[in-house]
Amino acid sequence: MTLLKRLAEQDRPILPFTLDGQPASGLLGDTLLTAVLTQAEHLRGSDFSAQPRAGFCLMGACQDCWVKLGDGRRVRACATLLEAGLVIEREPGRRP
Amino acid sequence: MSTVIVGAGPAGIRAAQTLLHYGIEPLLLDEGLRGGGQIYRRQPANFKRSAKDVYGFEAGKATAVHQAMDALAEQIDYRPQTLVWNAEPGQLDTLCDGHVQRIGYQRLIVATGATDRILPVPGWTLPGVFSLGGAQIALKFQGCAIGQRVVFAGSGPLLYLIAYQYAKAGAKVVAVLDSAPFSAQVRAAPALLRQPATLAKGLYYRSWLSARGIPVHSGAQVEAIHGQQRVDGLSFNNGQLLDCDAVGFGHALRSETQLADLLGCQFSWSALNRSWLPQRDELGRSSVDGVYMAGDGAGIMGADAAQLAGELAALALLSDSGVAIDPARPKQLLEQLANIQRFRHGLENAFPFPTQWAADTADATLICRCEEVSAGDIRQVVAEGHWEINRVKAHCRVGMGRCQGRLCGAAACELVAHSSGRRIDEIGRLRAQAPIKPLPFGIEVDS
Repeated sequence: MTLLKRLAEQDRPILPFTLDGQPASGLLGDTLLTAVLTQAEHLRGSDFSAQPRAGFCLMGACQDCWVKLGDGRRVRACATLLEAGLVIEREPGRRP
Repeated sequence: MSTVIVGAGPAGIRAAQTLLHYGIEPLLLDEGLRGGGQIYRRQPANFKRSAKDVYGFEAGKATAVHQAMDALAEQIDYRPQTLVWNAEPGQLDTLCDGHVQRIGYQRLIVATGATDRILPVPGWTLPGVFSLGGAQIALKFQGCAIGQRVVFAGSGPLLYLIAYQYAKAGAKVVAVLDSAPFSAQVRAAPALLRQPATLAKGLYYRSWLSARGIPVHSGAQVEAIHGQQRVDGLSFNNGQLLDCDAVGFGHALRSETQLADLLGCQFSWSALNRSWLPQRDELGRSSVDGVYMAGDGAGIMGADAAQLAGELAALALLSDSGVAIDPARPKQLLEQLANIQRFRHGLENAFPFPTQWAADTADATLICRCEEVSAGDIRQVVAEGHWEINRVKAHCRVGMGRCQGRLCGAAACELVAHSSGRRIDEIGRLRAQAPIKPLPFGIEVDS
């Protein structure tokens, strides 16, 4: 299942990427948040209960859309544009 | 040493244009991918929708702001994707693409904008719940709806605008739940007539939704958003259930004031905004020499006012720098601002803050989504005798997480005031800390 629904601008070049080790694809101009949430339901687990989170504000304020990239960087998914071949890992969060 | 503007929204862009007109080339720092700010958030360059498709009635204004930004980018030092994470007198610490740089300034215009004001309800951290502004960005910036069946809840003019934009773009809008009673909007009508075009747009959105059979509930109280791994429903007004897979919600906007705080600006209580705001004179001068405020970051007035305030702040800066400015211009701008200010008071009456929220919120409701602090946790700290918001933060970590209270701060203050029996302006002001947003490890420091 997916969270976001594309309504417009669907005729764009396809960009392959890797999500949690699995092949996935998004479109040129997608943020990481859009690319992930048009094929999955969450972005990260919360730090204190591992409950699923999928961002909230989309403007860099809530800090609830951080994902890890293949090179070890952690980025806000709402403010980072997808690039071909990007490796995205969703962190599971921590249980109490 | 130079003149720096932080924020490339309507206020920052107009300020930069004004300075450039008088021969001063400012350095323009903005966290966004492309300038324009949030309400005129610009889609990626390879998207093809027209401005009319994306911004509706505001297409002309949005296009003008974007064109101004494009012209500026050719003429001044404009740095997108640059976070200002710390500020001290005379210098800013920035982060861009993993590199930290310290930038000196002689004069500074702070135009940091606003985010949604959130009053949490049970289930608000579930995937599929987004702020109203976030829901709008998904559509404007990415061409996406936040779900297949969307409920919009909360209050403020943005509520109807976004519901309209979603329905018009082909999304299924299940219902609009406005916490404000309709009678409030009727009472506010005389003040709202100060801006008849804006009032007409608001009424148009509402009647457009009704004409298409989209239920609009006034005086609606959201009880809970339901779901385990994601949203699967919402209940309101004593158990009325809506089938939905996404919720956009928010109660108007709150100013981003962290930089002003770190700069040492004095704050004062704004009853209209129900928050502490950096003090500014009518032209935008803060309490700190050489630091100016413009736009929603110093009080919510909207994009039109932000442009006027951006120009005023730039004129004040120029005047203070000994540059001769058009002496008639500030008066014109102030008159236009005063008109918007009267409209703004009308809006506050039309969409009154739901003061009963704190009393109605159950102990189990999560308030701070970063540190997972509940309403009950906050009340427990108050029961132990603490009522100053920074003390409460120290005891239960509300507002201490990654977002620094941007999302929970307003709600936490409401709870502390209510449960300690104090007025909302008596419990202190949540202080900002550097870095104002998280910094990655392994950053490189440029000289």
